[in-house]
Amino acid sequence: MNEAQGAAMIEIRDVHKWFGDFHVLKNINLTVAKGERIVICGPSGSGKSTLIRCINRLEAHQQGNIIVDGIELTDNLKQIDAIRSEVGMVFQDFNLFPHLTVLENLVLAPHLVRRMPRAEAEEIAMNYLGRVRIPDQANKYPGQLSGGQQQRVAIARSLCMSPKIMLFDEVTSALDPEMVKEVLDVMIGLADEGMTMLVVTHEMGFARTVANRVIFMDLGQIIEENEPRAFFEAPQHERTRNFLEQILSH
Amino acid sequence: MAFVASRPEPTLPAPVAAAGVLGWLRQNLFSSPINTLVTIIVLYAIYRIVDPLISWAFINAVWTGTSADACPDGHGACWAFVRARFRQIVYGDYPLDQLWRINVLYAIFAGGLVALMYPRTPGRKWVGLFMLTGFPVVAFLLLVGGVFGLRFVGTNNWGGLMLTLVVAVTAIVGSIPLGLILALGRRSEMKAIRSVSTAFIELWRGVPLIAVLFMASALFPLFTPEGVNFDKLVRTLLAFAIFSSAFMAEVFRGGLQAIPRGQYEAAKSLGIGYWKMMGYVILPQAIRHVIPALVNTCIGIFKETTLVLVIGLTDLLGVIQLGLSDTDWIGGGHIYASGYLFAGLAFWAFTFGMSRYSIHLERHSVSGKNQALQTL
Ligand SMILES: Nc1ncnc2c1ncn2[C@@H]1O[C@H](COP(=O)(O)OP(=O)(O)O)[C@@H](O)[C@H]1O
Ligand SMILES: [Mg+2]
Repeated sequence: MNEAQGAAMIEIRDVHKWFGDFHVLKNINLTVAKGERIVICGPSGSGKSTLIRCINRLEAHQQGNIIVDGIELTDNLKQIDAIRSEVGMVFQDFNLFPHLTVLENLVLAPHLVRRMPRAEAEEIAMNYLGRVRIPDQANKYPGQLSGGQQQRVAIARSLCMSPKIMLFDEVTSALDPEMVKEVLDVMIGLADEGMTMLVVTHEMGFARTVANRVIFMDLGQIIEENEPRAFFEAPQHERTRNFLEQILSH
Repeated sequence: MAFVASRPEPTLPAPVAAAGVLGWLRQNLFSSPINTLVTIIVLYAIYRIVDPLISWAFINAVWTGTSADACPDGHGACWAFVRARFRQIVYGDYPLDQLWRINVLYAIFAGGLVALMYPRTPGRKWVGLFMLTGFPVVAFLLLVGGVFGLRFVGTNNWGGLMLTLVVAVTAIVGSIPLGLILALGRRSEMKAIRSVSTAFIELWRGVPLIAVLFMASALFPLFTPEGVNFDKLVRTLLAFAIFSSAFMAEVFRGGLQAIPRGQYEAAKSLGIGYWKMMGYVILPQAIRHVIPALVNTCIGIFKETTLVLVIGLTDLLGVIQLGLSDTDWIGGGHIYASGYLFAGLAFWAFTFGMSRYSIHLERHSVSGKNQALQTL
């Protein structure tokens, strides 16, 4: 594994993907260094979700290479599971396991995948529940929590696997406005600790303060990539300008 | 003009519905003259049916006797017949001095079931494991014998409730894992596995059970090599388990389809492999969705075991049928009615038990408690 300073955690080279005849990702190139925080934005249907889902192989790409922490993603199932256990992912609609309590949701993967003893896994889980500020909800079921609480549990669940990379796919889009901040605060905390993060979001305030780079996608391509200040103040492309106008105008 | 609250409203208790039995009666049965009239007519109709039934089944019934002479026309039900045949009904033609072997099994079976149904049984997990693995072996050795100094008893002597339970339990317990595997296969991403599972399910689901049983008893031996001779009962059990698994598979498939894709994706993204994902995340939810359909299928299988009659096995219903054609008991319609009524009640008692248990399971899962992790 490549531990050198600034070494690439994720390397995406000339990646193409099709859904049937539909060319959803076109010639994607992106390198993410350790500790980098990348925000991906773009209109709906532009391929943002598909791109980050390729990184933990929830979707398979058909051309090009994706190398995560030194391991290339191929059809090798063992390698896929190994990469997935190091790459956390948080979804728009939480996807907590509804038949398990909050604590059981957090303990499950460390126990099953890392073979961690239950007591140790619970201790780690309680620690992360404290960090997302809901330790008192440990024995409730997901259905008994608010959306913001559920999403924080989902983040804690990923963190329990001690991932090297976290992927966030529009994690605040399904939340009521007053709950957006509590989730963003958790993500800002993670960024401060040096987590490598890829965040698909339209929260431009978050992008401005947290991202090292902002990427704009349209029609399956990366159209523009820049550090946040330049990205927002001097967008180079017509389409980026239109998009920013639309989402910043309200 | 809008209405704006000018002061805080007090918090009031919810209004109560009409209280008590009397309130319920008045509201539902006697709320108007017509309603009252309908109630009276219906009550009278029920009385006209129930009164003669009670006279027949209890007051005028014959309880003792050793042949049809005890039950002449003009009397009620002939429970004497059921009593005279009771040993065969429960044990079949098992040798008299060996009945204890069946009794031991009945006791373990009943004890095990009760222990499993009661959620706070200590070591419930081990009881379950024993009932699924150890018990069938013990049952096989005890019933067949020929080892440990136990006398060998051929399956031609098996019958009655004992045979019904052997067929039903084997079919149900065998078809659940097989059905699960078929259901997973039918939803597999690999085309070969998917096609084979689908073909298997559609084939067995499309054939009448009677045809399957005839094939198992008559056709199957023609295809097996010389010298290999499966017991007819073994063939029947296999046929039942495989036939039922096709139906179980479709029940499970329904449950699997109800699980959103996000559940799979969340499990995968945590690095959980396919079998553990199924075992800990998907199936516990899917099975919960299908408890009513699952129990429905089990009840269906239990009742279908009576079809073994057509290939010459005498289950509970078969024993009664055989008894009715015994020259000692050739007689009036009362004997017939009593025999079949008893058989019906016996089957009903078992299936009703299953139904109640399913309701209990549903309540249990609605309350949200889950044991999945406690088995870790
Ligand atoms: N499993 C799929 N099968 C076919 N088309 C898909 C699938 N998933 C996404 N798409 C299509 O691919 C395009 C990109 O989707 P997505 O990556 O979800 O976009 P975004 O996240 O940017 O809104 C959309 O047009 C969508 O309809
Ligand atoms: Mg998306």
